[in-house]
Amino acid sequence: MAMTIHVDIVSAEEEIYSGPANEVFAPAVMGEVGILPRHSPLITHLKPGEVVVRQEGKEDQYFFVSGGILEVQPHVVTVLADTAIRAADIDEAEAKAAKERAEEAMRNSQSDQEYAKANAELLEAIAQLRMLEHIRKKVAR
Amino acid sequence: MSGEKEIRTKIKSIQSTQKITKAMEMVAASKMRKAQDRMAGTRPYARKIRNVIGHLAMAHPEYKHPFLVEREAKRVGFIVISTDRGLCGGLNINLFKKAVTAMKEWQEQGVEIDLCVIGSKASNFFRRHGNIVSEITHLGDTPHIAELIGTIKVMLDSYEEGRIDRLYLVANEFINTMSQKPYVQQLIPVEASEEEELKHHWDYLYEPDSKEVLDGLLMRFIESQVYQGVVENVACEMAARMVAMKSATDNAGTIINELQLVYNKARQAAITQEISEIVAGAAAVG
Repeated sequence: MAMTIHVDIVSAEEEIYSGPANEVFAPAVMGEVGILPRHSPLITHLKPGEVVVRQEGKEDQYFFVSGGILEVQPHVVTVLADTAIRAADIDEAEAKAAKERAEEAMRNSQSDQEYAKANAELLEAIAQLRMLEHIRKKVAR
Repeated sequence: MSGEKEIRTKIKSIQSTQKITKAMEMVAASKMRKAQDRMAGTRPYARKIRNVIGHLAMAHPEYKHPFLVEREAKRVGFIVISTDRGLCGGLNINLFKKAVTAMKEWQEQGVEIDLCVIGSKASNFFRRHGNIVSEITHLGDTPHIAELIGTIKVMLDSYEEGRIDRLYLVANEFINTMSQKPYVQQLIPVEASEEEELKHHWDYLYEPDSKEVLDGLLMRFIESQVYQGVVENVACEMAARMVAMKSATDNAGTIINELQLVYNKARQAAITQEISEIVAGAAAVG
């Protein structure tokens, strides 16, 4: 049997996933990273995007994170997500609306702080939408 | 009539008090269930981030974040989490006792203390006893992390500027409905984890670089620990109130029973007296 690595995905509100995986993908700030068992210790920020847990003999599982921190120990991966949602729970309409709201706010924003906030919201909404498309393609295939 | 009426009004007033305590008990019970769910939800994050931080303290980054460096303590900071409202038994008093004992130890060594208080009970109590540098009250039953950030930042800033050299958190731990235990936890400098396998010399790979990652992570760590404390405190408050109100209701019941007996005796005595008066009157006439 292939080697596995233990994955914990937690958000500030709840525990989202805990279990073994053969491979984990996460959206690190410097670019997407793929983690296999016995990866050397790594710690990095995450940007909005999807965390994929791949397990042999099972379908890939997708989780949306809107940012957070990824810690890797040789046998444990911990995702400390700011908010993580199971991909199936993302409401597409809601995501689109959020994107529009953020764009609107960005156009109207006065201060730098408002701009930064709107920008963050926009990135988040885009990441959610991208992830939904991703899943849809998978299903269509 | 020896206070027959007085006793009756007394019973009435105790009965209405009992109704209030009963209602408070039930409200606290239902709020406790919700608070407990929330607490259970936030626990994994708090625990995981503590693990990560524990690992981190064992690593040897080229960048030494101030939160990881032990300094000689000249002044220490305490964050005390209490409730906003009373009528919850000894919950706050036990917590304050624990905090005061911990502070005494430092004061005996000539160390001064800065306080950050959360909840109006702590604010009232420590106003007379200590130097409060920041406070937040009336967070309600569903506290949000965003409301806490500013208050905590005051303490973190004063640590970074060297005004305080240690930071402790004093809060209640929810064990079960019947028992809540106050504890003192050292937040900064960060304590290393005890895991054996990490004892050798090693370090993380940091992306993008260690400074940025550590800054973000440590900030989040402190915030999540305090937030967890606050969420847990709400559950503790509700549980303690429920128990306190239950015993108040029971006590009211006992007092009512006793008063009822006294009342019955007084009434009986009055009737007996009346009868003997009538009999005596009849005898005199006859």
